[in-house]
Amino acid sequence: MKVSFFHLMPYQSLPDDFAEKHRSAWVDLPNSNFDPQQGRHMYDDYLDELQYADQLGFDGVCVNEHHANAYGLMPSPNLIASILARSTSQSALIVLGNSIALYQPPIRVAEEMAMLDVLSGGRLVAGFPVGTSMDTTFAYGQVPIQLRERHTEAHDLIMKSWQTREPFMFNGKFNQLRYVNVWPRPLQQPHPPVWIPGSGSLETWDWVLQRNYVYCYLSYYGYLRGRRVLDGFWERTAQLGIDDNPYRVGFLQLVCVSETDSQAERDYAPHVDYFYNKMLRVYGPYAESPGYRSIESLRAGLRTAIGTNAQSSTSQPVGWKDWLEQGHVIAGSPATVRDRLKEAIQMLRVGHLMCLLHIGTMPKELTYKNMELFTSEVLPAIRDTWSEYSDPWWPATLSSRPEMAGLPGD
Amino acid sequence: MVEHRTNTLEMRGGKLSVEVLEGGSGDPLVYLHGARALGGWNPHLDNLAGRYQVFAPCHPGIGASRGLEHLDDLWDLVLFYEEILENLTSRACHIVGLSYGGMIAAELAAQNTAKVRSLVLVGSLGLWLDEAPIADIYVMTPEERAKATWHNPASEVAQAYMAQPEDPMAKKEAELANIEALAATGKFIWPIPDKGLRKRIHRITSPALMVWGESDGLVPPAYAGEFQRLIPGSESVVLKECGHLPYLEQPEEYFEAVFDFLSRH
Repeated sequence: MKVSFFHLMPYQSLPDDFAEKHRSAWVDLPNSNFDPQQGRHMYDDYLDELQYADQLGFDGVCVNEHHANAYGLMPSPNLIASILARSTSQSALIVLGNSIALYQPPIRVAEEMAMLDVLSGGRLVAGFPVGTSMDTTFAYGQVPIQLRERHTEAHDLIMKSWQTREPFMFNGKFNQLRYVNVWPRPLQQPHPPVWIPGSGSLETWDWVLQRNYVYCYLSYYGYLRGRRVLDGFWERTAQLGIDDNPYRVGFLQLVCVSETDSQAERDYAPHVDYFYNKMLRVYGPYAESPGYRSIESLRAGLRTAIGTNAQSSTSQPVGWKDWLEQGHVIAGSPATVRDRLKEAIQMLRVGHLMCLLHIGTMPKELTYKNMELFTSEVLPAIRDTWSEYSDPWWPATLSSRPEMAGLPGD
Repeated sequence: MVEHRTNTLEMRGGKLSVEVLEGGSGDPLVYLHGARALGGWNPHLDNLAGRYQVFAPCHPGIGASRGLEHLDDLWDLVLFYEEILENLTSRACHIVGLSYGGMIAAELAAQNTAKVRSLVLVGSLGLWLDEAPIADIYVMTPEERAKATWHNPASEVAQAYMAQPEDPMAKKEAELANIEALAATGKFIWPIPDKGLRKRIHRITSPALMVWGESDGLVPPAYAGEFQRLIPGSESVVLKECGHLPYLEQPEEYFEAVFDFLSRH
């Protein structure tokens, strides 16, 4: 299977009383709370961590896009990916992704991702999320009920631009262009693998399966909850007569490895607390603007990955024990983490596992410890899972990857 | 209660359908409801129907009014409403519009002035003043919304209006109906309900009355004055101890002002 290192690039310096003074880390938290000098150090550390992940032998490094929040400092993931294109060499660059409905015109995405693919020697994985309600309808003012239509048209335009060798006209509802002629064009043929992050909306499953893309469920609530969505996804896959290749799915899991179970709590608990109680603090109405999700999806009772936290915070677990018990975080000694992770992989049938190993306020030294223990003690035990399946949703140039690199100094 | 019925208009060969509540007799009066679901026949419509033939269409995408996907922008919406009016009656109509419905009413009056016999705008959207921004109804807590909508949220009429069904299923369905309405009307006013009426309002020659509550915290009373300033010869009434729904909170004064105005046109 493929195991990748996902970074969220959070802002780490929110004050202790943040939750008392502010209703949300997203949309309306004034940017006066951002200290640029501290932010610079954070970006430096985060880039070091992503580059280290490449050296340690993670299959991929992942970046994502969010706006107007302290949760993640990558409004432009492509800027970060461009740095990684030059400072990594053997991992896939998983841009998960560009919220394509927000780029006008969407050929901007086609161009930048083509640049990334060429710069990196064909290592790009192209993610096209619809985007959260906070990012798209509030930070970027998109009309909620039109968002998915915009996303679909943007996707169609991007995919056509990558596969057409001469200028063409595009007369869409939201985009009208007479001379679509994207230079450069991607290195990967016919196009980079396309992954779609979703949060459980029914329409996304059919859309992804029809186009033979990877469906990524980027939840912060771990594999026990993730199972509810992915069970539904695999059921739908079977209904449509499509195979159950585990590489059709990507999943994000928070992972914390330490020497022992109790040491893991000492090491990681405060940082995970920052993540759940500050980073994911979202004012309820921002998480679900009217029309963002179809009435059918709402009726089916599904909630977004973030909306779950926003709308029912009283029912959320509130500490280390709960986070572990509920599978939100897989944490403990290497043996504990190996066992839980193996269980999760089978339960979800996930071929593209993305691990969040930097969480919340983790300083670089601790993140490195987590990464090193993970790659030396956990990764070897899970790496060969699903070896009977092929993965057509991965950069071809990386498919026959070299042996996992040893730790620096080997 | 005046005899009333619900009709469904099939429009454009069935591509769109419009649910219309209808009752009363007399000169035609079209009521355009606000950003939330119209619900059923209510005392406001009933009172109007005592003197007029009232038509109350549900906005596209709400209830049994289907076909929202065929309307991409405000222009499409206004033209569609023109077609609805033609379908309802060949005569010129009084148009009463609340909030979001007021914006459509004003656009209709600017678009097809001959069809609009008179115009009543109640707590209406359509204009924007930086110094008096219209509240973001999509992010208000129930308490904030109560305070902004009513002069006296604790009053019996306010409490009755805001009451939710006891039964959990009914409550959920009511919530979903509300979200559906906000999603459908949001299509044309998100994120700021300023979509160009200011460029077209000079075309309105119909007599116009603005009715506002002094305590309207959603669409501040400054807008009553702004509409009046921009529509030549128009009248404006701002009711004291009254919020965003004057026909509920100050019905006597509301109907007195509205019927007086309508009778003069």
